[in-house]
Amino acid sequence: MSKEVKEPLVRMTKRDTIGTAKAWGIRLAAVLLSLVVAGLVIVAITKQNPIQVYLGIVDGAVGTNRRAWVTVRETLVLLCIAIGLTPAFKMKFWNIGAEGQILMGGTATAALMIYAGDAFPNWLLLVLIFIASAAAGLIWGLIPAVFKAYFNTNETLFTLMLNYVAMQIVTFCIVFWENPAGSNTVGIIGAAGQKGWFPSLFGNIYGLNVVIVLILTLGMYIYMKYSKQGYEIAVVGESQNTARYAGINVKRVIIRTMMISGGICGLAGSLIVSGASHTISTSTAGGRGFTAIIVAWMSKFNPFAMILVSAFLVFMQQGAIQVASQFGLNENASDIITGILLFFLIGCEFFINYKLELRKNRKEGK
Amino acid sequence: MNLLMTFIQKAIGQGVAILFGATGEIVTEKSGNLNLGIPGIMYMGGIAGLMGAFFYENGKENPNGFVGFLIAILCTLAASAFGGLIYSFLTITLRANQNVVGLSLTTFGVGFGNFFGGSISKLAGGVGQISVQTTAAAFRAKIPVLSEIPVLGDLLFSYGFLTYLSVVAAICMTWFLKRTRSGLNLRAVGESPATADAAGINVSRYKYIATVTGAAIAGLGGLYFVMEYLGGTWSNNGFGDRGWLAIALVILALWNPARAIWGSFLFGGLYILYIYLPGLSRATQELCKMLPYVVTIIVLIITSKRNKQENQPPASLGNAYFREER
Amino acid sequence: MEPVNAIELRGVTKRFGEVVANDNVSLAVRKGEILSILGENGSGKTTLMNMLSGIYFPDEGEIVVNGKTVTIRSPKDSFALGIGMIHQHFKLIPILTAAENIILGLTGKGRLNLKQIENEIRALTEQYGFELDPTQKIYDMSVSQKQTVEIVKVLYRGADILILDEPTAVLTPQETEKLFAVLRNMRMAGKSIIIITHKLNEVLELSDRVAVLRKGKYIATVETAGATVESLTEMMVGEKVKLDINRTEPAGVEKRIEMRGVTCRNKEGLKVLKEASFTAYSGEILGVAGISGSGQKELLESIAGLQPIESGEILYDSPEGKTEKISSMKAEEIKELGIALSFVPEDRLGMGLVASMDLTDNMMIRSYKEGGRFFADRKAPKKLAEEIVDKLEVVTPGVETPVSRLSGGNVQKILVGREIAGNPTVLMVAYPVRGLDINSSYTIYNLLNEQKEKGVAVICVGEDLDVLLELCDKILVLNSGRIAGVVDARETTKEKLGLMMTGSGEEKQANE
Repeated sequence: MSKEVKEPLVRMTKRDTIGTAKAWGIRLAAVLLSLVVAGLVIVAITKQNPIQVYLGIVDGAVGTNRRAWVTVRETLVLLCIAIGLTPAFKMKFWNIGAEGQILMGGTATAALMIYAGDAFPNWLLLVLIFIASAAAGLIWGLIPAVFKAYFNTNETLFTLMLNYVAMQIVTFCIVFWENPAGSNTVGIIGAAGQKGWFPSLFGNIYGLNVVIVLILTLGMYIYMKYSKQGYEIAVVGESQNTARYAGINVKRVIIRTMMISGGICGLAGSLIVSGASHTISTSTAGGRGFTAIIVAWMSKFNPFAMILVSAFLVFMQQGAIQVASQFGLNENASDIITGILLFFLIGCEFFINYKLELRKNRKEGK
Repeated sequence: MNLLMTFIQKAIGQGVAILFGATGEIVTEKSGNLNLGIPGIMYMGGIAGLMGAFFYENGKENPNGFVGFLIAILCTLAASAFGGLIYSFLTITLRANQNVVGLSLTTFGVGFGNFFGGSISKLAGGVGQISVQTTAAAFRAKIPVLSEIPVLGDLLFSYGFLTYLSVVAAICMTWFLKRTRSGLNLRAVGESPATADAAGINVSRYKYIATVTGAAIAGLGGLYFVMEYLGGTWSNNGFGDRGWLAIALVILALWNPARAIWGSFLFGGLYILYIYLPGLSRATQELCKMLPYVVTIIVLIITSKRNKQENQPPASLGNAYFREER
Repeated sequence: MEPVNAIELRGVTKRFGEVVANDNVSLAVRKGEILSILGENGSGKTTLMNMLSGIYFPDEGEIVVNGKTVTIRSPKDSFALGIGMIHQHFKLIPILTAAENIILGLTGKGRLNLKQIENEIRALTEQYGFELDPTQKIYDMSVSQKQTVEIVKVLYRGADILILDEPTAVLTPQETEKLFAVLRNMRMAGKSIIIITHKLNEVLELSDRVAVLRKGKYIATVETAGATVESLTEMMVGEKVKLDINRTEPAGVEKRIEMRGVTCRNKEGLKVLKEASFTAYSGEILGVAGISGSGQKELLESIAGLQPIESGEILYDSPEGKTEKISSMKAEEIKELGIALSFVPEDRLGMGLVASMDLTDNMMIRSYKEGGRFFADRKAPKKLAEEIVDKLEVVTPGVETPVSRLSGGNVQKILVGREIAGNPTVLMVAYPVRGLDINSSYTIYNLLNEQKEKGVAVICVGEDLDVLLELCDKILVLNSGRIAGVVDARETTKEKLGLMMTGSGEEKQANE
């Protein structure tokens, strides 16, 4: 009779703990691996030397002062949305409606710029824009939250559908705002007086963007980690049973948290419209509402990790857009690159949470 | 009368892609996987079929429509199944969060479609928009003789192959889920993987097969769009949000592909209703386009209010399964 | 030669992280016998059997079935060897019918012929004397019907070796008798049966031999004929332990909680508590006995403000003599009235604590609302956590450790410690010692007694009648949602309680 102990070839067990250094080591390895794979894809398409391609990406992202600031600006927008999503996701409320919330915020911003551009001094106009855009996003977050709280309506699909309702609202507005007529676009709003545009701060046109987003980041960190409401959100997210047991009004927390989440995403809309593009279209959100989910998720809802992750993703995207145009390809190449990066980053979490054990070749002495 | 006929035909035309997507997503969700990557997969399927046909037609002097037809279908199935495989590997083997993977896959897939759709002819050394007329004609071929019947022919027999396939696929999947052992086992996996596992069902295998098959079916929706709907060309983001509508339709159909058939035609109708409603201004047309989404939201709210056991989503939907979890 | 043993385990070890669930266990099951595996909660019985059914894979050791060394990688391998396990938590799918559940995972003709399968099942149930409708959906079934489905499932698959994990825990005595009769029929038909249990009388009544496990280690196997309750207990707990719970006479007895005619329904709309009326007094421990699922959960949760009630009222009489109506109030509203209700729920990690949070944050579940408006205070909870760890000898690397990493006993100490720290006037505990070792159990008993002496009204839902009889002053007995009576724990007997729990003093009410 054979004494050999048969075991499955590879077994996995859940890790109890993992050192921070090791965890980041695994993530770094995943990033490097993804860069290699993404590089191979680019090379397969462009038939160029991969080193050249990566240099092109770096050049595209930060090669000139202007490009570097565009990268910063886009990072801030993505970060702002991720910050907005953080409380919702911490509560395990799948708010995939950031796109819609951004669009609503952007629409409110554009409306103010168009209709009230000359009525107020610029600083007051900006204050109004912040309030209005946050309120618009807030309403868009509030609707699914109310139904979730009272009827337990699936929020993933509800928020998703609201994205498209918001898109139609934008196209509806474009009918009235289009400029020049018949173009079906709004064009640059207030190009002459720069009414409702973010002013330069510290000598930089994106100074205000930096200030706003960093305040939000820090504020969200404090809110989630030290405040009572942040604690309530964490408990509701982990277990609604426990929350009720602890005397937390779950409905109120769901609604309040989604108002915050939607509000910040709406504000991100003003950041885009008033602080960057100065126009509005259905692609104003441009899928960033979805990408931000991934940013927040991969950062484990740590606002500071989000800075890193969003900067990395935007860096690669901006670089890829540059490379694509350099080789006459279209800019959607950046989505492919982003997708590949994300697959690796998502996949690597497995190796942080689980440990693989190869079959041991045990020798049994008699 | 004529207008109504056109409307029904167009509504069905709009519904087909959504039906493929919904059928694929139902099969996937029955295994407990909520694949939000379906919209991306449909883009991948569409562009792969188009590229397959394009390279075939470019390489041959006298391309044969039927060969192009087969190549396009094979390429679509391969590409969309590959998308499903990425999703499966990350969520089933590596146990990553399903929503996050799905959204990434959609980002990837839409980018994939638009990238190749926009630059394939340039990459192949040509100029202008790609077009695969011969193959598209094969996809658009109506049923001979039957389609000549007045009224009935227009209403029932005037569509291309994929339209009929979408209905057949939905019926087959319903039959599969309800009347076969594998279908029963698949439902069990989606309800409770631990139970299915204890009953000797290979949970991972079922999840993989269901997700990859579901993705392949959904990919045909993309192919339908480029071939039968657009007539063998690509328009960037032209497919729009039909993939998300497909996911919404799964709920409307209460996880039953047969119900998705009429649901898809309803969605298709709502999607284009604005064209046929008289007296709409441009602005109100835009508001009218909200209808499919608003209807979905209403259905969503109504289903969340009623609680018949059989009409609920698969119980383990969205969760990864690890046998030794304690 | 035909081997006599159906199954042999040799030196089997299984670890979960740092916990050794089974340590070098060797035991054998003969063909055509009923073997009991006896051990306390947490002694590794279920883990051991799960390795036979393919749920877990042993870290070390080997398994021999019918004389052959085998590898059981999955439940499928297990079936192939003729092993069928009936789990404690039924592995059935509610939305499917009995027949569909029974054939789940079986190979056969791709197309389902349910009619034929249902007839086969009917034939099988007649053979052994089960009552089962194969077309009934699982969600419409009672617990004992579900168990029947589980057993028929393994028989239908042709299992020769049946493993039953605590099969009687959820059954009434009558149902238990029926089950035992069926099991004896199966033994006669030559099947080998393993029954996991910690109930000694069942062991003695049913089995041919008994294998005893203690804290993951195998102790011995003995013939039932030569065993007694005392000898088995000794093997099971290691030393002769008399349940010697210190019980003082109640002092300062006054009304604290009055429940009057309370009826409530569960999520499925079934009445789970029917016209329940009773009074809980300060300085007393009121035990609550009943077969699981008789309304215990709803009884406690309706007082705690977690379960809406349909009719009736609940009153709270404060030590100062004020009476407040707390029915239809939510937990937070009761708390805002200044009523200190403490509640240790049955689902410790799903309700009482948050598994992924550390000890300090778990203390905050009760106290986070205190202090300033915006910021949550973490200093006081941290101190409290440290005190509890210290006082109750909780084994933990520190107060920053998530409670999910602690063992069951330590989790319960944290939870009970926190609830007591709130200086309650009413303390409700559900199954306070489930899954705990003897030492931790006594820690908990002592804590409950301490509270009683302090003048707290303690309500304790339990499953072990011996414990309730020695710990409580009064025992309230629930029988399918109705209160069958409240008796003096010093006077009554186990038999009487058992009768009240299961007796059909009134007609069973169907269709409510």
